[in-house]
Amino acid sequence: MPERIRVLVAKPGLDGHDRGAKIIARAFRDAGFEVIYTGLRQTPEQVVSAALQEDVDVIGLSVLSGAHMTLCPRILDLMKKEKLNDVLVVIGGIIPDQDIPKLKELGVGEVFQPGASTEDIITYIRGHVRSNA
Amino acid sequence: MTKDVKERPFTTISGVPVNELYQGPVADPGSPGKPPYTRGIYPTMYRERLWTMRQFSGFGSAEDTNKRYHYLLEQGQTGLSVAFHLPTLMGYDSDHPMSEGEVGKCGVAIDSLADMETLFDGLPLDKISTSMTTNAPAVILWSMYLAVADKQGVPWTALRGTIQNDILKEYIAEKTYIFPPRPSMKLVVDTFEFGSRHVPQWNTISVSGYHIREAGSTALQELAFTLYDGIEYVEWARRAGLDVDDFAPRLSFFFNAHSDFFEELAKYRAARKVWHKVMTERFHAKNPRSAVLRFHTQTAGCALTAQQPNNNIVRVALQAMSAVLGGTQSLHTNSLDETLALPTEHAARIALRTQQIIAHETGVTRTVDPFGGSYFLESLTNDMEKGCWEYFDRLDGLGGMVAAIEQGFPQREIQDASYEYQMAVERKDKIIVGVNSFVSDESPINVLLIDESVGERQIAKLKTLRSTRDNERVRQTLDALGKAAASGTMNMMPVVLDCVRTYATLGEICDALRAVYGVYEEPVI
Repeated sequence: MPERIRVLVAKPGLDGHDRGAKIIARAFRDAGFEVIYTGLRQTPEQVVSAALQEDVDVIGLSVLSGAHMTLCPRILDLMKKEKLNDVLVVIGGIIPDQDIPKLKELGVGEVFQPGASTEDIITYIRGHVRSNA
Repeated sequence: MTKDVKERPFTTISGVPVNELYQGPVADPGSPGKPPYTRGIYPTMYRERLWTMRQFSGFGSAEDTNKRYHYLLEQGQTGLSVAFHLPTLMGYDSDHPMSEGEVGKCGVAIDSLADMETLFDGLPLDKISTSMTTNAPAVILWSMYLAVADKQGVPWTALRGTIQNDILKEYIAEKTYIFPPRPSMKLVVDTFEFGSRHVPQWNTISVSGYHIREAGSTALQELAFTLYDGIEYVEWARRAGLDVDDFAPRLSFFFNAHSDFFEELAKYRAARKVWHKVMTERFHAKNPRSAVLRFHTQTAGCALTAQQPNNNIVRVALQAMSAVLGGTQSLHTNSLDETLALPTEHAARIALRTQQIIAHETGVTRTVDPFGGSYFLESLTNDMEKGCWEYFDRLDGLGGMVAAIEQGFPQREIQDASYEYQMAVERKDKIIVGVNSFVSDESPINVLLIDESVGERQIAKLKTLRSTRDNERVRQTLDALGKAAASGTMNMMPVVLDCVRTYATLGEICDALRAVYGVYEEPVI
């Protein structure tokens, strides 16, 4: 596990619902993570480029608009191209049950649905982050 | 396991301490239909006329949503409320790269007047009232609606409805902004002026606390920031030379109905009282209607749970009851499946039936403000009012709401409240049934799936439109629009109307405005 976990919290697509992303970012900081928040309306290219530049261990994606099956596969695809194989990806938001197996097959570590606690998410990340040293 | 489930500090859902007992005497809250309207804006309230049952609805293409509107009206709904998809709200056409994956997902896809004509096909605009949730591109979508009225042969003076048109809460909470605050405020003032002259029964704004609350604010923050947004709009309109009494009677409000029953009741009652004082004392309104706060309510989406979703029917019923007892003029009740997807027809029907049950079975409509005089409620109402004036002083000190937004003040207040509530839930100081207590497994429910081909169909429609319309006319009207925007003094409504009539698309019109106004970039707070 890296000494200090670096997380990119990202809001891809047109969705402006940032209550969850901001709570998560703050809870991560309180847990001792280093957090970079992209702000709203990032393209998949912008998200991956920020992950590269910031040399993060984790990307946390938040999507509540229903566009996750367009945006997330593209982000994972770009990550493969950039060889970001060690970066853990977690997703939160309005993600229907039937999409979860497909997302995990593409390389998403975990999907957190409404009602997930910040504590569970932090515990998951601590347990699954890979060392990229 | 469940016997130790007990709320620890006795506070409202907003964290305000609640006493064990409230006792008199209480000051007389006055009479309904009389200033300051604490007990309601009409002397007879629902005896004479029930609230408008107005379910917010839109998904897929204009054809899909038109069918849902016909269905809802057949089921006894009394007004329409349009939900647009995110690309429309953000000023992009369905074929823009940013729209990929979003078309028809969070609402109906409207790219041009052609879609708007389809949306209202078979719906006579002089017989129904329509609310449109649009903010940054409100001038464009309202123009499209007015153009549809022309095509139906309905005079604008017969049109009734509302455009949300509340850009300030977009910067504060909902975040579907396009242009920076100052040109956006100018567009809002243009609609006030245009509406008061040409569409006199139309509400040109719905100053909205709903989204502020959904973003995690307390009840008091919802109330104070919303009413102060109202103050800011009145200030800007006055500075542009408008007479308060010309536009203020058409200002309307929109509040959230959250789960803390009495706190919500106090919020609605205090809202009417404070607004009356603002309009008469701060703005010296002479027309009594300028000082009457009319409002729409929607039950709190953020209070619904994905776990055990059928429980949401009960939550919605209780929240709706607080809105009715609080004297709302119109109401949207959420569907049980809205934390999972847009509602199915089945879920939307239960939501509407919930309102009908409250209206026709419970008897709460028989008398006005039945909780008036309750020691607890009157005390909460007074505290809510007091808290509001304190926030107003702080906002005045920051130089008004636009300046406060630029300094990140309301955003920070809401963020802090939202985090504190989440932590209270995680400590189980606040109980959410099915989430942090009384957890049980339940089989998943059916949800509405949006046809993924909507995007392709919408793109094909745009291609046909662009090859069949008079593109020379489109270019001319868009040029004129750009010039009018650059002038900074012309009312933009007539030039936007010219554009939509030539079937210029929403994206093209927004691009022409972006070229002059620029785009807003949110400061990271």
